[in-house]
Amino acid sequence: MISPAISLRSTVWLTLALALVSAPHVMRLPWWLSGFALLMCIWRLYLARMRLELPSRWLLMVMVAGGAAAILLQYRTLFGRDAGVALLVLMLSLKLLETRTLRDGMVLAFIGYFLVITNFLYTQSIATAAYLLVCVWLITAAMINLQQRREAAGYRTQLRTSAVLLAQSLPLMVVFFLFFPRVQGPLWGLPADAFSGISGLSDSMSPGTLNQLVLSDEVAFRAAFADGAPAASHRYWRGPVLLDFDGRTWTTTARPLRNNIELERTARAVRYTVTVEPHNRRWLFALDMPGSLPENAIINADYLMLSRTPVTSRLRYEVESWLDYRIGADASPAALNRALALPQGFNPRAVALGRQLRAQYGNGPAILDGALRFLHQQKLLYTLQPPLLGLHGVDDFLFETRSGFCEHFSSAFVVLMRAAGVPARVVTGYLGGEYNPLGGYFIVRQSDAHAWAEVWLENRGWVRVDPTNAVSPARAEGGLAAALPQGANLTRSAFVTHPVLRQIGLTLDSIANAWNQTILGHNLEMQRALLYRAGLDDTTWRTLAILLIAAALMVTAILALFTLRNRPQQDPAVVIYRAFCGKLARAGLAPREGEGPNDYAARLARARPDITSAVHAITERYVDLRYKKISIKSDTYENFANACDGFACSTLATRPA
Amino acid sequence: MNKIETVASEVRRIILGKERQIRLALACLIARGHLLIEDVPGVGKTTLAHALAGSLGLAFQRIQFTSDLLPADVLGVAVYSSEHGKFAFHPGPIFSQVVLADEVNRATPKAQSALLEAMEEHQVTIEGETRRLPEPFFVIATQNPSHQIGTFPLPESQLDRFLMRIELGYPNAEAERALLRGEDRRDLLEQLKPCMQPQELLALQREAQQVHTSDALLDYIQALVNHSRASADFAGGLSPRAALALVHATRAWALLDARTHAVPEDVQAILPAVASHRLHAVGDAVKGGADAAARLLQRVAIP
Repeated sequence: MISPAISLRSTVWLTLALALVSAPHVMRLPWWLSGFALLMCIWRLYLARMRLELPSRWLLMVMVAGGAAAILLQYRTLFGRDAGVALLVLMLSLKLLETRTLRDGMVLAFIGYFLVITNFLYTQSIATAAYLLVCVWLITAAMINLQQRREAAGYRTQLRTSAVLLAQSLPLMVVFFLFFPRVQGPLWGLPADAFSGISGLSDSMSPGTLNQLVLSDEVAFRAAFADGAPAASHRYWRGPVLLDFDGRTWTTTARPLRNNIELERTARAVRYTVTVEPHNRRWLFALDMPGSLPENAIINADYLMLSRTPVTSRLRYEVESWLDYRIGADASPAALNRALALPQGFNPRAVALGRQLRAQYGNGPAILDGALRFLHQQKLLYTLQPPLLGLHGVDDFLFETRSGFCEHFSSAFVVLMRAAGVPARVVTGYLGGEYNPLGGYFIVRQSDAHAWAEVWLENRGWVRVDPTNAVSPARAEGGLAAALPQGANLTRSAFVTHPVLRQIGLTLDSIANAWNQTILGHNLEMQRALLYRAGLDDTTWRTLAILLIAAALMVTAILALFTLRNRPQQDPAVVIYRAFCGKLARAGLAPREGEGPNDYAARLARARPDITSAVHAITERYVDLRYKKISIKSDTYENFANACDGFACSTLATRPA
Repeated sequence: MNKIETVASEVRRIILGKERQIRLALACLIARGHLLIEDVPGVGKTTLAHALAGSLGLAFQRIQFTSDLLPADVLGVAVYSSEHGKFAFHPGPIFSQVVLADEVNRATPKAQSALLEAMEEHQVTIEGETRRLPEPFFVIATQNPSHQIGTFPLPESQLDRFLMRIELGYPNAEAERALLRGEDRRDLLEQLKPCMQPQELLALQREAQQVHTSDALLDYIQALVNHSRASADFAGGLSPRAALALVHATRAWALLDARTHAVPEDVQAILPAVASHRLHAVGDAVKGGADAAARLLQRVAIP
């Protein structure tokens, strides 16, 4: 059968729905492809409006080949997330141009559903989910429009039907959400290019690294404390420790792993949960100093927690930190020597100053104090726009420009200490974080990125020193904005600075956090925990599959029952008569579609003269019950039922061969 | 009741081999509906109309519709009479119990609408004076298929005024042979005796209104109408007026079968004639209104 042609209205519907689904991809696609797709949509609508012929197959072939070649040139591949989506959008826009019949329209609608999924490969925020839900609603409505193809049924009715369908699928969605067997990590294995362009800390530091990063309001991670958060001045979230300096850039090489945490702790521990946004590195941030390791985490020689694989999806872990601690008191001479190395021929004035401090104060703690006092006396300026530095960056900063950012402070301080013979190293990470009273957790943003120092002192091991504090104590207490001088050109989003908008921002963030924790974070462990609470210990995928099917069936059954109950009461005569027809159907004499009872009886009489009288009696009774003006007595239906029951036993048995 | 059977058999003697159409035409008249007979020239449309009027014993007028027919030719005209010194009304052919509007789609829309207004209101207004038409009042219109040359197709709103549209079609070989052998139809028509009084026909009409249509039957009619509205097979669904027409025709058909209640088979029998000129099938899978009606019956289960 030839599929009927698709109407103008349906074409408009479908095109609009598909354009909306593809819209979020526009930012990610090359401009020429977005323009091309838009042009194809407009062309298709124009052709439909003008009732013109669609382009020929050959032209489409040429465009498919050309488009695919262009995508290949752009991405150097046809596979992977970005190229795949680009190809899909190209094909979709061209498919639009060969959509003539109902069948083509349905294909388009299903491609639309698939495009919905591809959007989730990029972002899974609430806004995306809400937007795509609207898209699903519209595609479904477009599909209803395709099938009804009636001018009389307005788009409102179709939208309503679509909404009702989605609402009916809601219970099933919940069941699938709870019980669909989860796999560790993304289901289909995200393509390798999925995590390019994520900003965050890096494993090297040179002037200008951090002050670019802190302009970003993006969330690095969120942390919720079990009982009481430590003071702001204690919230140093440890990141990569940088040991090696080449005169300009601090770097670190792969550090050996630690088998166990050797921590002399002196005071209470804090417990907290960190939900880290994907940053494509292995670092797991924890407060100085982590005392326990989350599952599947390791720790390196510098007490930096690491995940076994790069963090490519939002990760939640629970950790315990000791705020008063002692580490590395028995560090090996080799390790300490490495923390003393300085490149030859750089920063002569700083090196000379270091030597002078050594001569002046003699022992470690005194040198430390002297160096901090020196920094303080220098009246250094804390700024996001430090002037450019020359070859001897630390010298220029300390004695010439005297303005810089935390990376300059920590770098200069560590150089001074090393020159004075005190082992020292740079630690990068985050400092502080904004408390969200609505969600009861801290938001740590990229703008909280910080660099500080650790020096090794006899008997005390590695001690944290924040040279920025010596200049601008407000940084640790009040965050970045408080530390900068008045009028500093800090372009922050209004959601951070404006009081009302900030409140709205915090509310939105707490909603986003709840979404992350409960919906997106519903992973294998949470699923297990849920089932465990429900009294199920065995959570293999087989159990889950059985649970899933059972729950889905149950929900469907309940929905069906609910729907069927609202149907009008069936006439008992019909029920009895249908049973009678059923018996005849088993003998190969089913009533035809739309066949009236009398016509049926007449046909039966011709086919099976032996049962004519019985059939006529029953049919006559049925017709009387249904169509004649008669009074129903208490035994009317019983008599009719008996007559029909009797029919089966007596008559069909004597069927001629 | 027997009288209507006599009428049917009388008409059958003249129009050979068209028993079903004759029955439908009678049902249409009993249901107080107007009848449209559509077919190519020469299959006996006019003869059927003549035979019906003659055997029912009704006053009969024929209007041959042509492209220069004027409303006054249908309704009548007031002429100044010098004898009485005032205008006297000369009633047109519409003032008759049976009006045969022959080839109705050959006249201009203006002349058509004069007839069609009279059909709806059972009265005509000429020069400010409203005149009742006689009872019973039937219009039997014949028309040629609209694709023939020189026709003004009736608009849908006016087609809707006809309760039924039937097609006669060619007779089968047997009937045609009988026709060729038999007497001249014109002679037969002249010999036709009325078998019924107008009063008896009015009584029959009243009786038809009493035929019981149960909820189950109305469910079926509603299911049919709803399907015609919701299905993608039809460009336009059946109107409430069409649904009402179905009920009336069903009752008349049941009465012709000497029953006091209607059954689904009655609906199925009259539906093609009642619905085919009101339904428009969509797509090339279905051709013509009659096929659309058949499709409707096939698709809708009897509740």
